[in-house]
Amino acid sequence: MRNEWTGFVPGVWEREINVRDFIQKNYTPYDGDDTFLAGPTENTKALWEQVLDLSKQEREAGGVLDMDTHVISTITSHAAGYLDKDKETIVGFQTEKPFKRALMPYGGIRMAKKACEDNGYTLDPEIEEFFTIHRKTHNAGVFDAYTPEMRACRSNHIITGLPDAYGRGRIIGDYRRVALYGVDRLIQDKKHQKDTTRVIMYSDVIREREELSEQIRALEDLKKLGQIYGFDISRPAENTQEAIQWLYLGYLAAVKEQNGAAMSLGRTSTFIDIYAERDLANGVFTEEQIQEFVDHFIMKLRLIKFARTPEYNDLFSGDPQWVTESIGGVGIDGRHMVTKMSYRYLHTLQNLGTAPEPNLTVLWSTRLPMNFKRFCAMTSIESSSIQYENDDLMRVTHGDDYGIACCVSSMRIGKEMQFFGARANLAKCLLYAINGGVDEVSKKQVGPKYRPVEGDYLDYDDVIEKYKDMMKWLAQVYVNTLNIIHYMHDKYCYEKLQMSLHDKKVTRWFATGIAGLSVVADSLSAIKYAKVKCIRDEDGIVVDYEVEGDFPKYGNDDDRVDSIAAELVETFMSYVKGNHTYRGGIPTTSILTITSNVVYGKNTGSTPDGRKKGEPFAPGANPMHRRDEHGAVASLASVSKLPFSEAQDGISNTFSIIPGALGKDDQIFAGDLDIEMDEFESEN
Amino acid sequence: MPEQKTGHVHSVESFGTVDGPGTRMVIFLQGCPMRCQYCHNPDTWKTVGGTPMTVEQLLAQYERNEPFYKNGGITVSGGEPLLQIDFVTTLFTEAKKRGIHTCVDTSGITFRADSAAVREQFDKLCAVTDLVMLDIKHAEREAHKKLTGQDNCNILDFARYLAEKKVPMWVRHVVVPGITDSEKEWQELGTLLAQFSNLCALDVLPYHTMGVSKYAALGIPYPLEGVPALNASVAKQARNAILKARKAALAQK
Repeated sequence: MRNEWTGFVPGVWEREINVRDFIQKNYTPYDGDDTFLAGPTENTKALWEQVLDLSKQEREAGGVLDMDTHVISTITSHAAGYLDKDKETIVGFQTEKPFKRALMPYGGIRMAKKACEDNGYTLDPEIEEFFTIHRKTHNAGVFDAYTPEMRACRSNHIITGLPDAYGRGRIIGDYRRVALYGVDRLIQDKKHQKDTTRVIMYSDVIREREELSEQIRALEDLKKLGQIYGFDISRPAENTQEAIQWLYLGYLAAVKEQNGAAMSLGRTSTFIDIYAERDLANGVFTEEQIQEFVDHFIMKLRLIKFARTPEYNDLFSGDPQWVTESIGGVGIDGRHMVTKMSYRYLHTLQNLGTAPEPNLTVLWSTRLPMNFKRFCAMTSIESSSIQYENDDLMRVTHGDDYGIACCVSSMRIGKEMQFFGARANLAKCLLYAINGGVDEVSKKQVGPKYRPVEGDYLDYDDVIEKYKDMMKWLAQVYVNTLNIIHYMHDKYCYEKLQMSLHDKKVTRWFATGIAGLSVVADSLSAIKYAKVKCIRDEDGIVVDYEVEGDFPKYGNDDDRVDSIAAELVETFMSYVKGNHTYRGGIPTTSILTITSNVVYGKNTGSTPDGRKKGEPFAPGANPMHRRDEHGAVASLASVSKLPFSEAQDGISNTFSIIPGALGKDDQIFAGDLDIEMDEFESEN
Repeated sequence: MPEQKTGHVHSVESFGTVDGPGTRMVIFLQGCPMRCQYCHNPDTWKTVGGTPMTVEQLLAQYERNEPFYKNGGITVSGGEPLLQIDFVTTLFTEAKKRGIHTCVDTSGITFRADSAAVREQFDKLCAVTDLVMLDIKHAEREAHKKLTGQDNCNILDFARYLAEKKVPMWVRHVVVPGITDSEKEWQELGTLLAQFSNLCALDVLPYHTMGVSKYAALGIPYPLEGVPALNASVAKQARNAILKARKAALAQK
């Protein structure tokens, strides 16, 4: 056994790259409470003050403090950057100083240029020339291949948010491998993979060999990134601080190379805890020191920044990085995977104050230890910054070493990746079905010229038949648009570092997405159970609807309409699955327009459910605003009828509740009188 | 008892968190004989109307979403739910068979200590009720009548009856500025509560004005026009005063 691994329980993980095996053999489930946690050190407080000050300056400067307009970001492009070198226990920034955004033109030079200009900077003209004439970008490749129909779908917003001008993201490198094995071992493994490819040079074999070479080069660069900061990460990490640093350098290399729509971290806390347990047992570090490493690590993750345009920020309602870290969950052997490190990660919300990034996500199971559940609840109440996801549901498909990319996309770390798929606007698709493929806003013939609905009133069977035809068309053009995007992304903006931290054989999820589910469900319900009259414009295009009578609305636990919603998901997915997908991607879908529902609504005409042109959709799989009339459980019950098996990329239900509605304010409620009297006595 | 399988339901709240322990399905029944000045559900007053719903329908809805109600159960509220006491008894009897926690949120106004027939009805209800949440609107008889249109004799009889039957009871009391916000009233209420050995919680609620829009919609003049919502801190003060008086009264016993 290697020196760095002394004290670890041996296993297959020594012979092959297998982090899960290492974790399962070595982690210590923690059932205790939060009393062991340490507060922030003086250095942590000083550093965080510095960050708050820089954040203030950034806000005052209009959202961007500094931007690189000259140096193209690569893993090794910038010198070391620090907040305060003497105080930081975990180091590394995307450029040579904090708050300076890097230049990443491979996704698309126009987007990179616009990001500079919109923020008041000027892109170096030589770079613009280089990426316009001499080096093609992902964006240029995509538009070379798009069909006129795809362009029309895009500009009419029936397919939206496509990652065709920016990095697709949604890939999680197994950054833990850097810490556990050291980079040399990973290079050795990749070289072996390259030596053992098939030998007849079909195009996929050629691509594989080229990609493996790229990956090896990225790993060599990663070692150099270590050197820039004074670390030899060719070898495994020896202790907790190194493990966090090595892992973070892996992640840092990824965010220096890719400006992806979601750059998630994975599932690292229980892995790191193994080092912490060993160091605590051997007296190498104290709890205070370990918490300090974690605080500094999380602080770094909070400072990941990308150069983006205002339009991008509008679409995502902010400037999100989706540095998602998945915490907790239960192992397939039945042991929960909560460790002291799970507490320490969440404790940063107290030590550093609340923040949206990193997106700390608790993989919730009914079988998590009660102390941890309490701690999560308490931290949630205090910080409003924890995301919860259903581990009991996802573990069935993804095992116990998956992580969440972005907000809900689950994938086995280092074994699965996702082709991010934006979303299709199913509400607009319904309007296309009614209008024979004519866009209700632009009045252009976008979809196929199928026979439109005739007569004044909509007939359910007629509309459904037309809608299915139109969905079939939409699925086809949508999947093929994505095929082009992912082909070009692999070709011109390949995530070589992230993929170098994957196995050779990778399962690729081909993600698609749905927007407007509740609009369509309610519209179809209105057509079926009430009377919906068409209002046509002078050209005979239906532009508005009058609903006569009441109808069951999604969000009230009413099977009459909930079944329509569930069937919609199944039907659309069956059409998606009927298409060829790039690189053998396995189709999945998501119903999770968490923020962009407003933008989708803005671009969609009036719908038969009574929603007027331009009004927002409900987010994700939510019922439409104010249409759920029987309280939260009924609303959640409707959402939970959607088939997760068909929408494994996630179903979101955005749910906010005022604290008072969750139960009594204990200041007023007496609860058990005896206890209350005791408190009362001590008060007086 | 005539088995009453269908009730007249005003509405169902599937996620009730303030009407009894845990997360509960709260069934609001239609109809109320009281006219409390601060009532925030005047739409439940009429004894006609409401949606007819069967025990089976309601329990099916409950059971479909049972995981949400792990530490909760069913609360029947209103209106005055005990105007439909036979229905509530039938519902609770079936609920208890299925192991569901049952709670009724009542004013107690329909209780008649001197009527054997009424007592028999209530006996049956109590046998299948885990918790009664009783609204005591005012400790003093005349003031109660002024506030609600009815005096509080039946209500206090009902509380004593529940104590006798050892049915766990939570008392609710709304603090309204100018009506139930005096030390004197809190003192009286505390003393009153000392006699109920079955009391296990006191819920003191600050008066709010969220009902106003409903009155406007129904075209009824709002009785407490101009009375401001109560600051939550006063409710806390009231709770402490009531508990203190109760403790003093218990000590004297």
